[in-house]
Amino acid sequence: MKEYIIRLVYVEMLGHDASFGYIHAVKMIHDDSLLVKRTGYLAVTLFLNEDHDLIILIVNTIQKDLKSDNYLVVCAALNAVCKLINEETIPAVLPQIVELLAHPKEAVRKKAIMALHRFYQKSSSSVSHLVSNFRKRLCDNDPGVMGATLCPLFDLITNDVNSYKDLVISFVSILKQVAERRLPKAYDYHQMPAPFIQIKLLKILALLGSSDKQASENMYTVVGDIFRKCDSSSNIGNAVLYECICCVSSIYPNHKLLESAADAISRFLKSDSHNLKYMGIDALGRLIKISPEIAEQHQLAVIDCLEDPDDTLKRKTFELLYKMTKSTNVEVIVDRMIDYMNSINDNHYKTEIASRCVELAEQFAPSNQWFIQTMNKVFEHAGDLVNIKVAHNLMRLIAEGFGEDDDTADSQLRSSAVESYLHILGEPKLPSVFLQVICWVLGEYGTADGKYSASYITGKLCDVAEAYSNDETVKAYAVTALMKIYAFEIAAGRKVDMLPECHSLMEEFLASHSTDLQQRAYELQAVIGLDAHAVESILPSDASCEDIEVDKALSFLNDYIQESIEKGAQPYIPESERTGMLNISNFRNQDHHEASSHGLRFEAYELPKQTVQARIPPASLASTELVPVPEAMYPRESYQTTTVPSVSSDAASTELKLRLDGVQKRWGRQTHFPSTSTSNSTSLKTVNGITQVDGSNTANSRTRETYDSRKQVEISPEKQKLAASLFGGPSKTEKKSATGHKSSKPSSHMVKSHAPKSSMEVASEKTSVQQPPDLLDFGEPTVKSTAPSLDPFKDLEGLLEPTTQVSSAVNHSSTAAVTKSPDIMGLYTETTAGAHHKDSDILSGLSKPPMTNMVGGTTTMQVAQSSKGPNLKDSLEKDALVRQIGVTPSSQNPNLFKDILG
Amino acid sequence: MGIRFILMVNKQGQTRLAQYYEWLTLEERRALEGEIVRKCLARNEQQCSFVEHRNYKIVYRRYASLFFLVGVDNDENELAILEFIHLLVETMDRHFGNVCELDIMFHLEKAHFMLEEMVMSGCIVETSKANILTPVQLLEKTS
Repeated sequence: MKEYIIRLVYVEMLGHDASFGYIHAVKMIHDDSLLVKRTGYLAVTLFLNEDHDLIILIVNTIQKDLKSDNYLVVCAALNAVCKLINEETIPAVLPQIVELLAHPKEAVRKKAIMALHRFYQKSSSSVSHLVSNFRKRLCDNDPGVMGATLCPLFDLITNDVNSYKDLVISFVSILKQVAERRLPKAYDYHQMPAPFIQIKLLKILALLGSSDKQASENMYTVVGDIFRKCDSSSNIGNAVLYECICCVSSIYPNHKLLESAADAISRFLKSDSHNLKYMGIDALGRLIKISPEIAEQHQLAVIDCLEDPDDTLKRKTFELLYKMTKSTNVEVIVDRMIDYMNSINDNHYKTEIASRCVELAEQFAPSNQWFIQTMNKVFEHAGDLVNIKVAHNLMRLIAEGFGEDDDTADSQLRSSAVESYLHILGEPKLPSVFLQVICWVLGEYGTADGKYSASYITGKLCDVAEAYSNDETVKAYAVTALMKIYAFEIAAGRKVDMLPECHSLMEEFLASHSTDLQQRAYELQAVIGLDAHAVESILPSDASCEDIEVDKALSFLNDYIQESIEKGAQPYIPESERTGMLNISNFRNQDHHEASSHGLRFEAYELPKQTVQARIPPASLASTELVPVPEAMYPRESYQTTTVPSVSSDAASTELKLRLDGVQKRWGRQTHFPSTSTSNSTSLKTVNGITQVDGSNTANSRTRETYDSRKQVEISPEKQKLAASLFGGPSKTEKKSATGHKSSKPSSHMVKSHAPKSSMEVASEKTSVQQPPDLLDFGEPTVKSTAPSLDPFKDLEGLLEPTTQVSSAVNHSSTAAVTKSPDIMGLYTETTAGAHHKDSDILSGLSKPPMTNMVGGTTTMQVAQSSKGPNLKDSLEKDALVRQIGVTPSSQNPNLFKDILG
Repeated sequence: MGIRFILMVNKQGQTRLAQYYEWLTLEERRALEGEIVRKCLARNEQQCSFVEHRNYKIVYRRYASLFFLVGVDNDENELAILEFIHLLVETMDRHFGNVCELDIMFHLEKAHFMLEEMVMSGCIVETSKANILTPVQLLEKTS
């Protein structure tokens, strides 16, 4: 029978339903044989959940077994208690469990504690009077029981720190004893004394010591001891170290401990193990809250981790970046985040990173323009995943501008937003939230600067409404936008002629099943029928951020009420005073006037004062009926955007200014030097190699630098360079090509001289100039191909000539094309591709005519070569560099070889 | 809660042992295992042994053909869990003597018993190998 039940466990484990056999497992727990009984208990814990019908059959057996003399039976029953007892059955076993807390066998005490812990998790009220038992068991003679007690205590302390402050001393002394190896040897793991207990204790101490100076002071010594004693060569030692760092960053800061924590972190980050790097990044994220300057030393390691192909590490690094974002580095970080967001498919994480992008952008945005662009990107790629509030914030920002009194800047911003949206509308599929923003902005500002005609914008809006015909909200936004545009046109005194598609759209909407859409369509119709004066007051241009004054007291009705009272109506009694009255309905019936004003009260709240007060009388009778309706709709919509606390964006902008001062501390100078030097040298290399790129490259970095300096008023030159390196310019290209080179290595044996070449390249990277003779020996074909004018190899030159001729034929056209493209990376790969074509050409004796796609590459190379001519005699260094660049294979190469050889 | 589930899966993606500390239906388990195993099998030796999946963090370790996967909460010490896996393997090693996939397949209940001693309701309660193995060996003797 036991075997069958285990088979059944297998069946479930492999994902098939085995519920037919559950009852047999339940029967098995009645068995006399200990092993069979335990197996039966195991099976029921695996099969059943605590709400299963069969549980009721088990409880009785459990009760019996808990009383057994054999402690193994008791343990088996306790295991089942932990998993299967639900809230209703707790009282049935609770008294027995409490008895078992004093059982002579430590294994039973331990499990009884855990059972009690489980009850606490299930329903803390049922065991609240027993919580003191946990404290008692902490002093158990057996370290196993003590260790187990830490779990419930951890939970208790998480829920209520203050009532356990008195235990700090005990925990510290336990931890001290553990660290001093007072526990039995059996608990050692890889020469560490009871590491899992240490970790649990450190966790508890972190909770108890957080923002409590007095409690923290008790811990400093022991945590310092553990820092010293931990063996950082083993995993478990590092695990304890990591927990120490967490503890240190959570308790009241102590300078010495922070130092050792920083040391440990730098060891983690410098390690080759990805696991340790991961822990290091995580620990850095924790410590950075207390001592932000620590990030300085590790920025290079962090950037490495960010570019690591390992997804987990990357995410962790993004988490860290998120924590250390300031107004100065927000652009880099958010750009990186968005790039990454685009590259993943996991919706769960995409949502998270999108909301983080939004949060950072809102908090630290350096300029409105940037903010809008960033938001566009986020919406475009993850629009359906972000909160609708974000969209409202964006609309508000566009409407309000930057909070400064610079109207031209605001209108520029708006027109650029309009332009970008019109552009984006060309995309085939856009998320609904984003479309809502687009429609709103187009409606509000589409025609504001006179650049686009009303018919153009309305055409676009109609397209939107048609293209996304199953999205009611988008359609509603589109109709309202249409209405606004027509209203602006009418108000400006221009004649409105509706587009035919707009007409058909309206007809469709007038008969729509959605009352909202229908109403909006009717409103539109009504608005178009009005004269300019009325329309202007209904939909004033660019008034979305004007405060709408709502006269809650309805003072404008006073006259009317006065009149009715004079006529004999009863005065209105506020609802609060009316509560005791039973005959409210009677009362209402008696007083129609009051009732009507009462009914009005609810709807009128949203009516802006100015229109109701002033504009209704002059309008015609028909319009008085219609006008209030659009009013009610329109203010509600703009209300969302305007009256959402507008403080945050203002605060963010002021914050932004404040934060600029403290900026340098984040990525400070000393550590910055290495990165600049590398990035500089790489950019130099590129410049030397591809002379042609030179201009654009430096120009790029120049503009970046000026951009930076514009952004941050007083920043040291190092900072600027660092920013450039952070921006991922030249250094990134180099990195990419380096990896490409690695990946293409295996295929290199296809070409004879290729493998030695790539190894030589590595050598040249390291030794650079010093060994040119050696390198030249290996590099014959390469040197040849990249710089034919060097010509120490005349036979090869002869072979090369046809190619050069071909390329020179198309020379000027393709050079033009090349110069046009500012993409460094593109040039880079082109050059390499060109070089490779030539290599293979040479090797195959130019048996095949050069291909068309090859020409561009060759030309680039030739340009490089021709402009390199004068430098030829300068030094061998450049030859080495050219070779290096010429050889660096890109990932395209395998295909190219296929093209040529196969 | 700490540990949410412990899985042992072989290279072919077949589950060899599964223990959940929170209730999931059969379909949920199957889907979860499939997703996680696919994620972990795709990773190489150099990458770190932690994977984020939904709201779990998966810590995994490979021994020959068998993967040990532990799903934990977000605030758990991953490195410690990694070592916990090793402790589990060492314990099984001591019991079975050079443990392999077959030992776990044919003595599934014993592997479970050991796990029951080490982890209760998602917490690591026992780390001394002697304490873990004594009840298991006693059970064996009595039968």
